[in-house]
Amino acid sequence: MSRVVVRVAALLHSYTRGASVVQATGETLGEVLDDLERRFPGIRFRVVDEQDRLRPHVRFFVNGADARDVALSLSDGDEVYIVGALSGGCS
Amino acid sequence: MAKPRARRSSAPRGRVLLLVATRKGAFVLRADAARSRFRLEGPHFLGHVVHHALLDPRDRRTILAAARTGHLGTTVFRSTDFGKTWQEAARPPQFPKAAEGARARAVDHVFWLTPGHPSEPGVWYAGTSPQGLFRSADGGRTWDSVTGFNDHPMYDKWTGSGQDGTPDGPALHSILIDPRDRRRMYVGMSGGGVFASGDQGAGWRPLNRGARADFFPDPLPEYGQDPHRVALHPLRPDRLYQQSHCGIYRMDLPEERWIRIGERMPTEVGDIGFPLVLHPRDPETAWVIPMDGSTVWPRVSPGGKPAVYATRDAGSTWKRLDRGLPRAQAWLTVKRQAFCADPLDPVGLYFGTTSGTLWASRDEGARWTCVAQHLPEIYAVEAALG
Repeated sequence: MSRVVVRVAALLHSYTRGASVVQATGETLGEVLDDLERRFPGIRFRVVDEQDRLRPHVRFFVNGADARDVALSLSDGDEVYIVGALSGGCS
Repeated sequence: MAKPRARRSSAPRGRVLLLVATRKGAFVLRADAARSRFRLEGPHFLGHVVHHALLDPRDRRTILAAARTGHLGTTVFRSTDFGKTWQEAARPPQFPKAAEGARARAVDHVFWLTPGHPSEPGVWYAGTSPQGLFRSADGGRTWDSVTGFNDHPMYDKWTGSGQDGTPDGPALHSILIDPRDRRRMYVGMSGGGVFASGDQGAGWRPLNRGARADFFPDPLPEYGQDPHRVALHPLRPDRLYQQSHCGIYRMDLPEERWIRIGERMPTEVGDIGFPLVLHPRDPETAWVIPMDGSTVWPRVSPGGKPAVYATRDAGSTWKRLDRGLPRAQAWLTVKRQAFCADPLDPVGLYFGTTSGTLWASRDEGARWTCVAQHLPEIYAVEAALG
């Protein structure tokens, strides 16, 4: 099981109890989100919909590269960023 | 000589509480006993788009709020201490995972919340965008798809395309439950029309005869209408009203035909608008707030002169109620959930505008007072007794 570092944007700090960096495990981005959900209930559905699609105004980066599929494989030491997209902030 | 006996009202007593859902969070206004002063509390969920928030009239302590943010997906929050603390739903309303190749629906936002029948404490219903009906049996903690509606063979035809909806997306709203029989339910859809169930949501059928859809080649289709708000009178549950995209209507079951009662409105005002509110004890009385529905649908007070209109005879006649409201150059928009009544006697009325102003009347609309301003865009106002 890969251990990754997840950097969480402020819009999700209410789930991570204020932490901006958390550890998680999983072989894929989806499994990492499942792990986060177990520890921070509610967080997964705010960023991924019921069809496992990333929310349109949330972006994921893995080691700096744009990630758009929860099936993306992860390796030990990978860095996952979950951020709010430039779009989506309601005026 | 005996003294005349004072008329005893069947109206409940209590302090009015207003739950105000806005594009940037939720607020609570607490009224004094005279309903002349209101204390503003909040915001709750600052920055969240709160589409609806209401107090459960069955226990008078549980509040549910439907929220999302510009970035984050939808959820439902629950409080049992008047908003001091909130718990998030463990499983918010969501469509089932789609089979390979099937249309994969996802809830964009929870638009509407309705407490269930009094005989079913803990049951709630939610309407979503895109159109979906969901049920909770545990006070809003977990939600299940009402498959009788969401998986109905006619779902795609009834709900239409993404173009057949509001600017914020197509929505299911006005979830109504017959107080005599919890199996009898109604919903409204923008777009789609009004639909009825006789078996607690297992089966559904259109209930749109007589209601116009002027935006289609056939203006009287079986379904596809755009009811903005549908209401059922609790003391005469066979009477339904609707304010739609194409007029104000009344239906008296078992005659399943909508009668356009808005034709009696002044021509220069018209009968287009979003909300419609019923008197809690008089099925003949309803209030609407007309919006300019002409040309490109400005959706503001006709002529810049806001007014509430009341009927006391089920739509035969209408009376303008604008005392206290701005006299000119006031281009207000009031959304479908942003107008409500309290249950007191006389009835208090409250409406919020998209420009963040809240108006109140403690005498059934005769006089209006501004009770809050500078709020974010108001989506919903719900009155309760705290």
